[in-house]
Amino acid sequence: MGTWIMAGVTFREAARKKVLWMALAAGAAFLCLFATGMYYELKDVGPHTNMLFKREGASALLMVGFYAVDLMAVVMTVLTSVDTLSGELASGTIQAVATKPIPRWELLLGKWLGFAGMVTVYVALMVGGIVGSTYLLSLHSLGGILPHHLLRGAGLIWLECILMLSLTFRMGTSFSTMTNGVVALGLHGIAFIGGWIEQAAALTHSPRALNVGIAASLIMPSEALWRRAAFEMQSPILNALGFSPFSAASVPSVFMILYAGLYMTLALALAVRRFSQRDL
Amino acid sequence: MDSAIKTQGLRKVYGQKVAVRRLTLEVPRGEVFGFLGPNGAGKTTSIRILLGLAAPSAGRAWVLERPAGDVATRRKIGFLPEHFRFYDWLTASELLRFHGRLYGMSQVDLRRRAPALLDLVGLTDHADKPLRDFSKGMLQRIGLAQALLNDPDLIFLDEPTSGLDPVGRRLVRDVIKAQRERGATVFLNSHLLSEVEITCDRVAFIKHGELLETRELRGGAGEAVRVSMRVQKLSEGDVNGLSTWASSVRLEGERLTFTVADAEVLPQILRFLVGRGVDVYEVAPQRTSLEELFLQIVGTDGGL
Repeated sequence: MGTWIMAGVTFREAARKKVLWMALAAGAAFLCLFATGMYYELKDVGPHTNMLFKREGASALLMVGFYAVDLMAVVMTVLTSVDTLSGELASGTIQAVATKPIPRWELLLGKWLGFAGMVTVYVALMVGGIVGSTYLLSLHSLGGILPHHLLRGAGLIWLECILMLSLTFRMGTSFSTMTNGVVALGLHGIAFIGGWIEQAAALTHSPRALNVGIAASLIMPSEALWRRAAFEMQSPILNALGFSPFSAASVPSVFMILYAGLYMTLALALAVRRFSQRDL
Repeated sequence: MDSAIKTQGLRKVYGQKVAVRRLTLEVPRGEVFGFLGPNGAGKTTSIRILLGLAAPSAGRAWVLERPAGDVATRRKIGFLPEHFRFYDWLTASELLRFHGRLYGMSQVDLRRRAPALLDLVGLTDHADKPLRDFSKGMLQRIGLAQALLNDPDLIFLDEPTSGLDPVGRRLVRDVIKAQRERGATVFLNSHLLSEVEITCDRVAFIKHGELLETRELRGGAGEAVRVSMRVQKLSEGDVNGLSTWASSVRLEGERLTFTVADAEVLPQILRFLVGRGVDVYEVAPQRTSLEELFLQIVGTDGGL
């Protein structure tokens, strides 16, 4: 019960953060830009252009949109949640609830659920925004373009954000807000570079470089989730083209996705353990 | 008698710093207990251990006869932190409802309790105002209200008058009095010795994380009292006769001073003196103020 009470108040607290509203404003501006770009992309391609080429061009632009949404969602998740524990520990706000008759694990899980709810709404709005606008704009000329496996892809983007959220919660139980933010985004940076190394290595057939990329994904599997999401959503033709910023030359395996799920669960479990043991 | 609070050899160390050295104390149920000491004496750390917010490095603590920090026992505990603050977008009513739900209170109870508490702390007119518009004193008042939501058996007040004006301080005194009358235990940590003197039954003096002494402040039964009298026609035989009840008897001019083990013997002394023809113009039991007592016990170095 305490978990849901905390989840409710945390969702409302998270929804009031200026960072979220700035992220939503940036998201809205992005969606306008994206829809305008898509509109002209579809309109300006010559009438004699092959329908397949037209469709694949729009699909590629859609993937660019997903890439931007993924990045915005990850950054928004980290920036909104980075101070929820360390900030409340430093200000003493946490003491008023930690002395109430609810176990600490319920308190932490409730806060996590509140942020997870906020992240879910943000990802749904952003993914829905670009998918909806692309579908509607392409409905007349191409019969409506949808990502190949939309739910799988959106689910993986969501999981990537939840993974980042769990990581900031774990860090927030031990470190200050600033340290937490630097570590979380730093780890995501490692994952990002590792992803590119892995893709380049797959193209140049360099097994040692490939292992470096996989090792980076094991340190932080967030980017691997995006690359799998891109693989799931991209049209099979674009995937077959191989190396592109958003296609997956080296597709993260299902085991890597399971590993990311385990990583997320472990980060949350360690956050609960640390929070239950530490002085508040 | 049941203990509301009991600690044995409580110790808390942060790195090289010993915050609480060896704290052993017992607070019986129904007592208003003052916890006094200079800054950095370990008072707030001790409260945090008793509330389960911090784990002791050594020693043991029981609250309402359960180990400190027991989750179920917190249902019977209220706590006002030194600087109460919470999400500032919540209104005063919402804050009380939220904390009431954390206590497991029903909606029916909350609908009855929240307005009554807002009235008690003088915030009825600000019930729907967000906390961000509250002054420091108003935040302290709403913090006090949330500490009383569950009709607690034990209330921890950490510097409750911090940021409060004289009216607010009066309110805290009245609240403490009302809690004592309904049988609750109050553990009060305050720097305002005059407030402590008025409200507390007993006080403990703590310095460098160690309990120096505890003193009764109420009733005076069994407590030694120094008495000063202005008298005339007092003979040496009368002075010697006083030794039946009093010690350290001194006569300087008309000023007679002595110490009695208990103020209850004063009427007998008066009857004795008047019976022997002594003229008594003034009788004044000398009470040491809490501030003097504090300085005597804790010293003037501020614990530095």
